[in-house]
Amino acid sequence: MIGTPGGSLLVLAIALPLGATLIAFVLGGQAAARIARASLWLWLALAVAIVAMVIARGEPLTYLLGGFTPPLGIALAADGLAAAMLLASAIVLVAAGLFGRVAYPAPSWEKGGRAAFAYWCLLPALAASLAVAFLARDLFSLFVALEMLTFTALALACLDGRPSQFKAELRYLLFALLGSVLYLLGCALLYGAYGTLDIGLLAGNTRADAPTRLAGALMTVGLLAKMAVFPLHLWLPPAHAGAPPAGSALLSGLVVKGAFVLLVRLWFWVLPGPPVAGAELLAALGAAAILVGSVVALRQERLKALIAYSTVAQIGYLFLMFPLLMAGDPDAATRAWMGGMMQAVSHALAKAAMFLAAGLIVQSIGEDRVAGLCGAARATPLSVLAIGIGGLSLMGVPPSGGFTAKWMLLRASVDTGQWWWSLVILAGGLLTGGYVYRLVAAALSPTPEGVTPRPVPRIQEGAVLVLALLSMLLGLLPLSMLGLAQIGQPVIAP
Amino acid sequence: MNATAPFALAAAGLIGLGLYGMLAQSSVLRKVIAFNLLGVGVFLVFGVVARRGAAAGLPADPVPQAMVITGLVVAFAATALALVLTLRLHQSTGAVTLAEDPEASTPPAKSGASAE
Amino acid sequence: MTGWMLDLPLALGLFGAGAATLAARSLFGAVLGFISTGLIATLVWVRLEAPDVALTEAVIGAAATSVIILYVASRVGGGAAPPAPPHIALRVLAATLSALLAVLLALALLALPEQAPSLAAPVLEKIGPTGLGNPVTAVLMAHRAIDTLLESAVLVFAVFVIWSMAPDRRWGRAPGPAFVAEPHGPLAFLARVLPPIGIVIGIYIAWVGADAPGGKFQGGAVLAAMWVLPWIAGLIAPPSIRDMRLRLAIAAGPLVFLLVGLAGFAWAEGFLAYPPGYAKILILLIETAMTLSVATAMACMIAGPPERRPQP
Repeated sequence: MIGTPGGSLLVLAIALPLGATLIAFVLGGQAAARIARASLWLWLALAVAIVAMVIARGEPLTYLLGGFTPPLGIALAADGLAAAMLLASAIVLVAAGLFGRVAYPAPSWEKGGRAAFAYWCLLPALAASLAVAFLARDLFSLFVALEMLTFTALALACLDGRPSQFKAELRYLLFALLGSVLYLLGCALLYGAYGTLDIGLLAGNTRADAPTRLAGALMTVGLLAKMAVFPLHLWLPPAHAGAPPAGSALLSGLVVKGAFVLLVRLWFWVLPGPPVAGAELLAALGAAAILVGSVVALRQERLKALIAYSTVAQIGYLFLMFPLLMAGDPDAATRAWMGGMMQAVSHALAKAAMFLAAGLIVQSIGEDRVAGLCGAARATPLSVLAIGIGGLSLMGVPPSGGFTAKWMLLRASVDTGQWWWSLVILAGGLLTGGYVYRLVAAALSPTPEGVTPRPVPRIQEGAVLVLALLSMLLGLLPLSMLGLAQIGQPVIAP
Repeated sequence: MNATAPFALAAAGLIGLGLYGMLAQSSVLRKVIAFNLLGVGVFLVFGVVARRGAAAGLPADPVPQAMVITGLVVAFAATALALVLTLRLHQSTGAVTLAEDPEASTPPAKSGASAE
Repeated sequence: MTGWMLDLPLALGLFGAGAATLAARSLFGAVLGFISTGLIATLVWVRLEAPDVALTEAVIGAAATSVIILYVASRVGGGAAPPAPPHIALRVLAATLSALLAVLLALALLALPEQAPSLAAPVLEKIGPTGLGNPVTAVLMAHRAIDTLLESAVLVFAVFVIWSMAPDRRWGRAPGPAFVAEPHGPLAFLARVLPPIGIVIGIYIAWVGADAPGGKFQGGAVLAAMWVLPWIAGLIAPPSIRDMRLRLAIAAGPLVFLLVGLAGFAWAEGFLAYPPGYAKILILLIETAMTLSVATAMACMIAGPPERRPQP
């Protein structure tokens, strides 16, 4: 048997966007844009089908590529985590596709066609890279996926071709390359120790010896550099804030999550009884990221820099789940697992909405200083609304997805007696409230004399608002999400 | 100890050198060269692992060798990207390092920034 | 123990060449050091009984990488005064971290299990249906085919990422710098002499990969060099990125691979499986397309973003 029922969907989730990228690249012109958009809608349909199949079967979908069983072959698998991340990515990418209809209307070989050609090749390329990162069960295939993500992220950030961006992106690239080569070194050590890089075969079979420990440390550091975790975060704000709006949305919302999923797979599947001290260190870095990122965000002058620092902080929350999962309390572990997953999904939607909305506001009033946002609410009410709703989700106000995420993490930290993390969560929420309030208050203040805002296209505002609303509505479906999250949830022995 | 030990140690040494070069050199091109040194070391670790896995009449395990071939091609692509960015950075600002310059947040005086 | 007589100097030479690369005063010296490191590494790969990798290391790891570094160095003025080194504290910290990593790594490598795990036996067991004689090629094309498919796609990604960094006003032109070298210099001489030999060698390397050391990546890289050399020397004009044939050549490898893979749903066990009896012919088909794509993509990656006005 080459796979479970529905396993072929996993293949299509990779093959469809990959094929679309290649065909869009060859054809160019309007055909590229049409193929890319059509492939993203189909990809969304595939993601919905995969989520539905995973929920219906109650266990992960799997597929053995080429019919070869690991360790020789490579397996694809969709558990709850992979399926949820796939769906969130598809929603954000479809929104980026709608947004791009206006922002990048005319790919061509003439002057002015460059960014559009690149954009419509990059969207399906990003979809394919994410699909591999979420679905592949082989640590080396995941390395290739990481590089695919790095390349597409780089180009998305440079779409505008602004000179100031090249430096930020070169710094990002060097960080990312160092991160992937450390990850690869870890792969070499693991292969030397176990003769396989299949996550399923490694799970439960690794020893706490020198090669394995060093491999775990190297891969963790490599992935942390790619995720811009405090104190390796310095590359992120300039790289994300300087990118065009659609680029920032995809980088902050999605690309960082690819490395996160790998880190989770590494810690809770591959490493032997993951070290509790290491998990506490990760959570401490996360806590520092929450506090430092939020405080720095609070003080930013520019709209997009503020949102980028908010990403540094929101990534921090993802790390709070690590020690909570290992406390040996199964109920708390389930809450922590779900909280982490919900944070990844809701941040993807909310942050993408906020970056896109910020782009529309800047485009409309021609001003990207926070102090200069006066009148934005009158000029682009839906965009300001989207920022507000996204902000509520980041703060963790009910009934948003962010609320569910933070509430679950909070409960898990109290239940396991690690109450100090709950203080960080509460403080982070307050600080987030502070910077979101700054944005919204500025936007609501009256329009200054002599400024005539330019209207923004409905389709863009609509796409942005839908993203923000979805991040809010996520909190209303916790029960079905809980079921999905638990499918394939790792069991960690205390 | 076994026959591959000298190469294992050389690989470890090269990795140390490459990491130092990436962290401590300021020229971007030197950083890119250091990244490639680091890569040579990491691939050699795969080579040592492959050689140790000689079995079934094969002098080395083919699976890590295949991974190295894939890895080398990916590393070449990454190098090419880093170099193109370096070139564009140089063309647009004249810089060859990543050091913070005073006007980092503002585009250079030359107008029509998006053109070049 | 005779092996050690050869291996110890090689290992020391490798480390020494790496150290010389870092210590070199000029950028050019560093590139020379890197080339030596690559050449010694090639010998090491031969000693490690990995001739396929040795070939890849020589052609892609050492040669192509050095060419592209030198090329960009010459364009950004590599001879200029080196920038000021970072603060001494940073260098001490970096040195400590690097030394620590090297020592831990050496210890970990020596602590690998005495009985090394290996997939050599399973590879040989499942090589029959592919009809291939080279186990490394079998792993690349059958057992771990998805990695190879993704890797060939990475090359296409890299090409459009590099193109997307072109200056807006030079979009739609041919890859490479706006100014071409003189057609009578020493480079042009090489560009006239080398390609006829190089093209034969490149195709040979790609062709024998099924059964002997070699393959599409190594052969394709040689072909790429033979194509780029006359571009750089100004002898022939590279095609414009508007030319759909160029883009098709770049994407053909992964496209054919993907189509054959998907055909596996209908005619074989599933995705990336080959129908019994047709495996070798399909693999040769994919490899032919991939050789073309690797050569074209690498040529475009070396040349850089489109800047050059197409010559009539």
